[in-house]
Amino acid sequence: MEHIISVLVENKFGVLARVAGLFSARGYNIESLSVAPTLDPTTSMITIVTVGDDRIIEQIMKQLNKVVEVLKVIDLTETHFLDRETALIKVHTKPEHRDEAIRLAEIFRAKIVDSSANTYTIEITGDVDKVEAMINMLKPLGIKDLVRTGRIAISRETTRTASPRREPALLKS
Amino acid sequence: MKLTGAEIFCESLRREGVKTIFGLPGGVVLKIFDVLCQQKDLDLVLTRHEQGAAHMAEGYAKATGRAGVVLVTSGPGMTNIVTGLADAYMDSVPLVAFTGQVSTDLIGNDAFQEADNVGISRPCTKHNVLVKDVNELAQTIKEAFYIATSGRPGPVLVDIPKDVSTSKAEFKYPEKVNLRGYNPTVGGNKNQIRQAAEEILKSKKPIIYVGGGAVFSDAAQEIFELAEITQIPVTMTLMGLGSFPGNHPLSLGMLGMHGGYWTNMAMHYADLLIAVGARFDDRVTGKLSEFCPEARVIHIDIDPTSIKKTFHAHIPIVGDVKAVLRQLNVILRSLDGNSAQIAAQRKPWGQQIEEWKRAHPLAYKQDDKVIKPQFVIEKLYNLTKHEAIVATDVGQHQMFAAQYFKGSRPRTWLTSGGLGTMGFGFPAAIGAQIAFPERQVLCITSEGSFQMNLQELVVAAERKLPVKIVLLNNGVHGMVRQWQDLFYEGRYSASVLGTLPDFVKLADAYGIPGLRAVKPAEVESVLKEGLKQKGPVLMDIHTDPYENCYPMIPAGGAQHQMMLEDPPELKVAKKGGAHKRKVDEGEGVLPA
Repeated sequence: MEHIISVLVENKFGVLARVAGLFSARGYNIESLSVAPTLDPTTSMITIVTVGDDRIIEQIMKQLNKVVEVLKVIDLTETHFLDRETALIKVHTKPEHRDEAIRLAEIFRAKIVDSSANTYTIEITGDVDKVEAMINMLKPLGIKDLVRTGRIAISRETTRTASPRREPALLKS
Repeated sequence: MKLTGAEIFCESLRREGVKTIFGLPGGVVLKIFDVLCQQKDLDLVLTRHEQGAAHMAEGYAKATGRAGVVLVTSGPGMTNIVTGLADAYMDSVPLVAFTGQVSTDLIGNDAFQEADNVGISRPCTKHNVLVKDVNELAQTIKEAFYIATSGRPGPVLVDIPKDVSTSKAEFKYPEKVNLRGYNPTVGGNKNQIRQAAEEILKSKKPIIYVGGGAVFSDAAQEIFELAEITQIPVTMTLMGLGSFPGNHPLSLGMLGMHGGYWTNMAMHYADLLIAVGARFDDRVTGKLSEFCPEARVIHIDIDPTSIKKTFHAHIPIVGDVKAVLRQLNVILRSLDGNSAQIAAQRKPWGQQIEEWKRAHPLAYKQDDKVIKPQFVIEKLYNLTKHEAIVATDVGQHQMFAAQYFKGSRPRTWLTSGGLGTMGFGFPAAIGAQIAFPERQVLCITSEGSFQMNLQELVVAAERKLPVKIVLLNNGVHGMVRQWQDLFYEGRYSASVLGTLPDFVKLADAYGIPGLRAVKPAEVESVLKEGLKQKGPVLMDIHTDPYENCYPMIPAGGAQHQMMLEDPPELKVAKKGGAHKRKVDEGEGVLPA
């Protein structure tokens, strides 16, 4: 099963290498990875999406906790959480496709952030299903280039625990 | 007053109570060595290879419980200690390794003798740091010693660039560490401990399974009490040997791949397993799906990652083994009103184990022509009793020593368990001897392992260290040869050491007396003569190249399915039958 793990770490060089090295040395998968400083500049948050059965996830959590520079490890999948990803998609736009691209961007509440004679660059943010749905819809037009941030996630406040675990995707492909 | 980085280094070590440093100089650590040679109270043991320094520090640490300290230069100096770091990481040995690094302005430029010390050592250290600013040096050293020796101990590497050792900073040694991400759990969960006590009292066929964690935690007394209160038999892993007296009636000796028949049978049929500072290593469990099928499992360990890593635990207890066992023993004493009843409840189990032991005790066939390795270890054990510190290398001799040398005290058994590092034993023995100059230190080794770090003979010679090297010389990589006989139809690929040095002459070249035994009748006199010597001595004992180590759980086999002797086809081969015995053709195989 897929798990999203938040790892709060000391904002020091070498820490990411230690965390990533732990995954590769023990044969765990990293599906996506995102790192940035938190409000406190001395710490960084690493968000890791990984896959494994309960035993493996338990080991991953324990192994991460064991790293000296790791301050806190949370398996968000155990809680109610929100996750988001941003993608920048550079899509080929022949003259007859330019309207279609704009329409798709509108439907997905995405933004066109750059344009040239033959391309649009579209920025989309959403949960992983939405981003992938958008990519699939744009494929027929011809995607020239694509970058994704990897997923970030945050827990929901406990007062809202009644809300669904994950927002339904706007459009399923 | 401002001090240079090199002075801060020496002063910090002094504050940590360090007396001995194992190392070898080089370009970027010249400043540190220059200051070091002016310190009367810091003894630098100059090794002839950095790997030797790392293993000496391990031997020192295993024997004393204090952190072993290593100081080497950048580049090759550092890469040469990687085996020692990996070994210490696997076996949880507290080490602090200081490596030199090129100046901070040169890092990343592929400078002379530059290596990514922190990158290379990351997967084989508990923690490592590159010190970029001399102002952080004292704090980093303080933290390094704390991390290395606390929680589950392990190696820590501190990388010091040349300019950090030469530039100056105000010296103030920190009184405490400030590590918000590191806080090992010591006391176990009280409810869990109470539950464990209830399980223990309920059980009919319990067994205590002790690992290296018990040694590091100094929990021998607590284990002894637990066993005595509850009358539960105790087995030890290779790393746990010494934490319970090997000749105690409740001792089952070592378990696992080359453990006793009765021990592994007891594990297999136990209804309760009390795992104490052990990690269910594959050499212990064999085939996991058939390991201890009937047992409830209590697992006490300070490292949460050891619990449920390979095997399930019904009652996991995270905490320091000593602290947890103390609490457990208090509860057991209060719950256990009737010790006679406990003894009666355990009696059938004890009898069953005795039966297994009678059926298949440890055994070997004495021979009047060829020296059996087991015979040498037995003699050595009888001649030295329980006092000696024993360091071993890796292979058959190590397993024979584990079986026949029944140590009675913790920290007297120094061996490379997890990594299985040939070449560990001799330098480890030197490290232990330096820590305890007055005690008897034995190095039980073999011609294969010994040749991996024999350059350190000079250290034993120049310091007149009374290390007694007992070299079981069978002319082959014995364990490899055994597996080739059992699983590769006797094809001895690279296991026959055709050409060997004359070890007596070799010792002589270093000014160390050498003795030799080639017949069983000579063993006792050679051992007695060797043990009598004041300084170091090398005893070259030519043993049977065909002897195999049993019992044996073949890799991936279940623990109750042990091989107890050579299979029939192998016996034929030994008489010159089916397989071609290439050992016979090896020129270097000395026994007639």
